[in-house]
Amino acid sequence: MSVALPIAILLSSLIPALASFFLAQESHMWRNLLSLGGAVIKLGLVVAMLLAVAQGAAYEVQLNLAPGLHLLLRIDALSLLFMSLSAVLWLLTTIYAIAYFGTKAELSRFFGFFSLCVAATTGLAMAGSLISFFVFFEMLTLSTWPLVVHKQDDRSLAAGRRYLAYALPGSVALLVAIVWLESVTGPVLFTDPPDLSAVDPVSLRGIFVLFVAGLGVKAALVPLHGWLPGAMAAPAPVSALLHAVAVVKAGAFGVVRVVYDVFGLITVQDLGLGTPLAVAASVTILWGSLRAMQQEEIKTRLAYSTVSQVSYIILGAAVAGPFATIGGLAHLVHQGLMKITLFFCAGIYDERAGAKRIDALNGMGARMPVTSICFSLGALGMIGLPPMAGFVSKVYLGIGALQAGENWVLAVLAASTLLNAAYFLPILYRLWFLPAADIARGDERSPMLVIPAVITALASLAVGVFAASPLSPLGWASLIVAREYAP
Amino acid sequence: MIALATLLILPIFGALAVVAVPGQAARVAAAVAVLSGGALAVLIMAVAKGGSVQILPGGWGAPLGIALEADGLAVAFMAMTVAVTAAAIALAARTPAIGTPFWALVMLTWSALNVIYVSRDLFNMYVGLELLTLAAVALVATGGTSALAPALRYLFFALTGSLLYLAGVALIYAAHGVLDMAHLAEAPLQATDGVALALMTAGLLVKTAVFPFHAWLPPAHAAAPPPASALLSALVPKASFVILMRLWFDAVPDAATRSLLLTLAILGALAVAHGGVLALRQDRLKQIVAYSTVAQIGYLMLVFPLAGGGGAAQPWAAGAWSGAIFHALAHGLAKAAMFLCAGIWIMAAGSDRLDDLRGLARALPMTAMAFGVAAVTLMGLPPSGGFTAKYLMMTSAFASGQVVLAIVLLAGGLLAAGYLYRPMEALFARVVPDHRPVSRLLQAVPLLLALLAFAMGLFSDAVYAFLQTGRPGAAEGGL
Repeated sequence: MSVALPIAILLSSLIPALASFFLAQESHMWRNLLSLGGAVIKLGLVVAMLLAVAQGAAYEVQLNLAPGLHLLLRIDALSLLFMSLSAVLWLLTTIYAIAYFGTKAELSRFFGFFSLCVAATTGLAMAGSLISFFVFFEMLTLSTWPLVVHKQDDRSLAAGRRYLAYALPGSVALLVAIVWLESVTGPVLFTDPPDLSAVDPVSLRGIFVLFVAGLGVKAALVPLHGWLPGAMAAPAPVSALLHAVAVVKAGAFGVVRVVYDVFGLITVQDLGLGTPLAVAASVTILWGSLRAMQQEEIKTRLAYSTVSQVSYIILGAAVAGPFATIGGLAHLVHQGLMKITLFFCAGIYDERAGAKRIDALNGMGARMPVTSICFSLGALGMIGLPPMAGFVSKVYLGIGALQAGENWVLAVLAASTLLNAAYFLPILYRLWFLPAADIARGDERSPMLVIPAVITALASLAVGVFAASPLSPLGWASLIVAREYAP
Repeated sequence: MIALATLLILPIFGALAVVAVPGQAARVAAAVAVLSGGALAVLIMAVAKGGSVQILPGGWGAPLGIALEADGLAVAFMAMTVAVTAAAIALAARTPAIGTPFWALVMLTWSALNVIYVSRDLFNMYVGLELLTLAAVALVATGGTSALAPALRYLFFALTGSLLYLAGVALIYAAHGVLDMAHLAEAPLQATDGVALALMTAGLLVKTAVFPFHAWLPPAHAAAPPPASALLSALVPKASFVILMRLWFDAVPDAATRSLLLTLAILGALAVAHGGVLALRQDRLKQIVAYSTVAQIGYLMLVFPLAGGGGAAQPWAAGAWSGAIFHALAHGLAKAAMFLCAGIWIMAAGSDRLDDLRGLARALPMTAMAFGVAAVTLMGLPPSGGFTAKYLMMTSAFASGQVVLAIVLLAGGLLAAGYLYRPMEALFARVVPDHRPVSRLLQAVPLLLALLAFAMGLFSDAVYAFLQTGRPGAAEGGL
């Protein structure tokens, strides 16, 4: 077992994070070099790890803390899936952020916490036990706060306060769930599911509810989602990362871990917890879409769309069928690619054309064609138009639901598709068919902003078109699930 | 053992030297701190390798003489004291209104703390406690005329506590004829012991500022000059807590009744709630931090029921005992860091009102970082020392079926997040403040302390193992 690679992957974002704090505000070149260098090295290391794992290598590192406490990094297929997503998107977001901020103030602090945030996400992906997961989960909570309040105006500070007011009680719920469970079973490792027969079913249900509540705050499960739309006060790169891979995904990833690797699908179904979780996810899917329709600002509409879309992942975990699981896991990647595209574009509209509100997007397709094409691709993917990524996720979720006998899920998926169309198509209509306002401005003369959006838009198209390839997120998810359901 | 003797003697010499050459007070103090650091390093190595280190002054062991013993617990507290005092000295050297009395009093406080940590004799502890009280009260009074009333109030409380404790010690001596803890542990309980222990415990609770005997602490800690507040909040209440721990775990583990343990925990829980809620309502940083001390001391009291219950071997008791020690240490480091931040901000902005601190994060980023890291420890978030403490105590709470105590810990953490968030938000406000510059070196001082508190969690394996050196049997077997 190799020790060096997981640590190196963690350090590739931790070192730039810590070093950034000590850089003077003016040393833009060093800071950009650090952030970009870290991102490139990390991506390289993750690719190296992927290749090694494909040849049968295994990775495990453990740091012992006080009795019962430890930090365990252990690589399995699920961690690789999440880690690859974060490594790719981090690199693109770093390029985007460098162009977005230019030489504005307080960038050393920003990139410091930005890298710390990614270090936490990577740690989360690699965490091999519940308590390690919790440590990185909290690191993520804290390193995100300075990013949310980055603009330091009243609106950002209010958003930051709201964020912590939701996140910290969520952490408490999660910690109680972990300690409660581990006080009976001992430390829980993901590769070695605990023997839950020693815990009485009532306590188990309580523990599960606490887990879902604690993780649900991050995953923006209704009614715990109230912090997310406000967090839109953050700069665009932060929103992009937050919605695609960092905070929201950490919650969804955690739910997947808890369902598969702590409780196990069979126990979840035996305890009668699968259907309630699926219902909660469905309510979130519909409620998020309904609220998205009412929003006038681009970023807030996208935020509510995230609330809705992330719960597809939870729905996939809750419905006990291999295809649903595949759909949910693939959506972890699909939603990340599509949503980051949309947020990149929203940031470009704001930065290059001053357009924050949806009605300011009239005729933008003519003036900012590349951005608008990317936005349209992302939006169509979200709606689930074949052969886009979102379509693949929904098909698998639907088949899975049928397998599990949960036919009502199909209605939820259909309704969600209609709602997504209802709030995305008007934007596309404005972009391409309505005449521009007289005083409209807008250009795309900032390649470092546009190129990341083009890459993610093409990627979200590619993962749908080439879904059948074993290298696609879908192929990967199928591999994970084949192991999960194997006897 | 020379290193231990050096550590005990250095601050006393320091106090004398400061009075002899008042012009060089800061240099003397710095020299004492550096030398103590060296002696401490030697002592840590010795204890980690060979177990507890003993000194028998005059060659007489207990019960005739007085034994001084440095076990893991004592050395850990001495280390925390060296770190906090050295940091306070660094800040005080740059604080304008610090006079000679301050330096002498810091040295005396330090000597008293060391004596208390290594004592195993109830009366020797009293002597240390008395010296500590007088030095600490005088330290508050160096805050100027506005500090006199709080100092006087502190004096009244502290003297009452001393009297109660002394009365208890007298009863013990009358009944047993010994004051050494190891000998007391072997002696059968006497009829008067109940009263004696009640008196001693009450006296120590007053000194530790446990609810409802805490009224002296917030005004005194808020009125003292910031370097003094750092010592007062981080170290002084911990000394009487150490005596309380040693009394119940080392001297009379069998005398603890369930109702007594629960009473202590209820007082602790009330302290957490009361201190936390009042901290939310303060407008000055030093007062917030002082009320936070009241709340954080409350956690310490939870150790008694967590580690207790019948004397049967309890696997979770050691976790609770170590958790409380972890908390005392991590809180000390983090709290000192906060008071030193307050001191630096007062230098820069002229006041510690939250309104005047607005926007300081931009001007003094390292102190904002220090405050943030210290806050992480006080909230008990991973992987800080405060989290290790909370985790160990929570695990014992769940394992021993005392879930309510876990809820107290968690609720306290949320309250801490609430009252520490307000200063953080003020620091991050978008105002360009009008401030005097502060050197980066000075800014690094609280950051180092805060990082030390954080590192306690990251390296908790080694710290935990070290604390087990010379751990009392009752910490494992339960009270």
